[in-house]
Amino acid sequence: MSEKQPAVSLRNISKSFGPIQANNNVSLDIYRGEILALLGENGSGKTTLMNMLSGIYYPDSGQISIDGKPVSIGSPRDAFEYGIGMIHQHFKLVNVFTATQNIVLGLKEKGRFDLAAAAEKVKQICDDYGFDVDPNQKVYDMSVSQKQTVEIVKQLYRGAEILILDEPTAVLTPQETDKLFAVLRNMRDDGKTVVIITHKLNEVKDISDRVVVLRKGEYVGELVTSEATTQEMTNMMVGRQILLNIDRPDPEMKYRMERIRVKNLTVKNREGVTKLDDVSFVAYTGEILGIAGISGSGQKELLEAIAGLQPVDSGSIEYNVDNEQVEQLIGMDPLKIADMGVVLSFVPEDRLGMGLVGSMDLTDNMMLRSFRRGTSPLADRKEPKHLAELVVEELEVSTPSVSTPVSKLSGGNVQKVLVGREIAAAPTVLLSAYAVRGLDVNSSYVIYDLLNRQKGNGVAVIYVGEDLDVLLELCDRILVLCGGKVSGIVDGRTTTKNEVGLMMTKLGGGEDQ
Amino acid sequence: MIHVVKRKDMPLVQALAIRFGIIVFALVVCGVITALATGLNPIAVYGTMIQGSFGSPRKVWILLQQVALLLCVSLALTPAFRMKFWNLGGEGQVLAGGFAAAACMICLGDKLPNAALLAVMFVASIAAGALWAAIPAFFKAKFNTNETLFTLMMNYVAIQIVAYFVIVWENPKGSGTIGIINQKSEAGWLPVVGGNKYMLIVILVALLTIAMYVYLNYSKHGYELAVVGESPSTARYVGIKVDRVIVRTLILSGAICGFAGMLLVAGSAHTLTTSIAAGRGFTAVMVAWLAKFNPAVMVGSSFLLEFMGSGAGEIATTYGLNQSFGDILAGIILFFIIGTEFFITYRIVFSKKQKASEKEQGNV
Repeated sequence: MSEKQPAVSLRNISKSFGPIQANNNVSLDIYRGEILALLGENGSGKTTLMNMLSGIYYPDSGQISIDGKPVSIGSPRDAFEYGIGMIHQHFKLVNVFTATQNIVLGLKEKGRFDLAAAAEKVKQICDDYGFDVDPNQKVYDMSVSQKQTVEIVKQLYRGAEILILDEPTAVLTPQETDKLFAVLRNMRDDGKTVVIITHKLNEVKDISDRVVVLRKGEYVGELVTSEATTQEMTNMMVGRQILLNIDRPDPEMKYRMERIRVKNLTVKNREGVTKLDDVSFVAYTGEILGIAGISGSGQKELLEAIAGLQPVDSGSIEYNVDNEQVEQLIGMDPLKIADMGVVLSFVPEDRLGMGLVGSMDLTDNMMLRSFRRGTSPLADRKEPKHLAELVVEELEVSTPSVSTPVSKLSGGNVQKVLVGREIAAAPTVLLSAYAVRGLDVNSSYVIYDLLNRQKGNGVAVIYVGEDLDVLLELCDRILVLCGGKVSGIVDGRTTTKNEVGLMMTKLGGGEDQ
Repeated sequence: MIHVVKRKDMPLVQALAIRFGIIVFALVVCGVITALATGLNPIAVYGTMIQGSFGSPRKVWILLQQVALLLCVSLALTPAFRMKFWNLGGEGQVLAGGFAAAACMICLGDKLPNAALLAVMFVASIAAGALWAAIPAFFKAKFNTNETLFTLMMNYVAIQIVAYFVIVWENPKGSGTIGIINQKSEAGWLPVVGGNKYMLIVILVALLTIAMYVYLNYSKHGYELAVVGESPSTARYVGIKVDRVIVRTLILSGAICGFAGMLLVAGSAHTLTTSIAAGRGFTAVMVAWLAKFNPAVMVGSSFLLEFMGSGAGEIATTYGLNQSFGDILAGIILFFIIGTEFFITYRIVFSKKQKASEKEQGNV
């Protein structure tokens, strides 16, 4: 491979944002007709590096060459000209436009604008690579995976030869991921270059030809995927030996009792769309109840309803204080629900929208829930500071200090702060949504461990997750939501990925029920 | 090719040195412009500006009082601003407070002992200011109305109310003004403290500055309003009652504005006109922003603005220049000061590599 001319070559690229060094002296080559996986933990600089290639950022120092010629990419438009196209985690599509309209948007083609011809060309591209998209479908009618497809076709339509995908599978079901990988392979076989940014090792194994590992903004090394083991890649990524099994201790049956009883819960959103439809289930103490489902199947509404943040149309949510006393949570003040020990740690897509205040430092974020304590009109910051230091130490949050604004931390560290605070509240019910969203292996395992410890303490943990592999390994039982309805509740120890995947897309999972 | 790059955190000393240096530079630029535009010796012009503010003990006291009054309104706006509630109604809230104080002085001046009258005036003026701010706050909290427009409009309502009552209380009849209220009895006038009639206002505002600093940075209320300002969804999620915090904070903001109105009427002007707030409600917005909503820094920024204002007036009279010329100089200096903040946070990189690589490309 070394004799071949690299399609893209990065030499000694450095980039810093204020005091944070995102990339330091990174050099790597990308060849035509290969799928390269860029692997690294959160904050290791994968996305920043690729953003420099796609013209979003400009390197502080270093040189980018395309086909051996040194180039300067100052804007996404420059990147287009060099045939580089990037698909970001957040799609940039106009909802009321069709696929084709979105694809041609912003293109300056000579001559008369011919939408029909454009649609024909889009169709041609789709057929060539096996994309499943209707050129005339409006974006608001599309599923997440279809939107992603439109983004990819958009880049190909513009003649992209080098395609960069930033964590493309984060929003996909296993079946959709397989489909995506199939078209990526077609593209590779067509001589295009594909770079996929990820921290999921199974995907790296599955799709890539070569893997480059970044750690703390620096190039660590590269491996030929077929010759590498998962363990080897993890070690390179994390920088030390790490065990890849998620613990799943058996629930303590002796003290087991029903903690939360949800009966016939129906929730409509503001527009009157039913988000939860007749949902019933029980969460026990000392177990992790997983909730699986395609994103937007009602997970958020369910947790918010339990936490008292979401108005409920009908149904009941009962909280067993002990075996005699039962409280109805619906209609109760969220503050009171939290005081009873029901805490919600919801990690939204933007990570900061709920639960944390970006411009405040770690200490001030720690006291969000507890600052009212005591009668003094002044707020006590000693205890929160102590808690912040504890969370930083225990969860290995990388931050210059506890007086750094959380918006300056990388996504994974922000999450640790949030989850750390919620757990510190000594809950009886821990509602955790997307706790490891976008987290790297190392941090994820810290979080799993924390959840397991809560389970061991007799907490009823409700875990909404995106990664099926993790749900299957971590949870005692898994409730599968499909379009706001309960598709089924399965035993985490005996079910299969395929079964849960089917239940996610089809009520009851087809032939099973 | 020009790039804007975020700086590494700059040491405080260096940042201060840059800020100081930029003021010196701004003065040089102003000097050149003065020399070119008017042919006057810029050093002499600066001398006159300083003379205008510090020329005599009386001038110093007047400056201090003006600084205190502006600072008082700025302090009032700050809690609202920290909550990202853009209260542009300072003018009206000050006027409402001043109106209430004047009303008490006129209607109760000969009925109450002076101490009781002052107490009633205090309560009435802060209540009036608070009411003026609470109305837009209520609508913001309940219906999410645009507070900027609402508070702005409330200014005009206040002006019209005062205009009406100026005619009602006209003295002497037909003059169209109220004149000095209780000139003989001095009922409701702030007492002279420490042998200087300006002293009391300065002391009161100094205490208020400390109190506001503590309130914003160390109190639970201060913490709550910051959370509401930064992220209302987070605030709701942790159980902060956002509506209540908005109304409560604006009541505080308006109350202090009302207090400033009372200081103006009872402590300084001893009369009521529609222009008694004299634009302080708006200048205070600039004071607060310049100081990044830090009460301690606001002492400096309100001093700067008042100093330049009085300096501008002084050079206008001394040299027979248009008053606007002083404002131009003040504007240039402010422009430099605000611009500095950008260069403290970011630096500009001119990349030469671009040209080099373009050349190479051209050769290939």
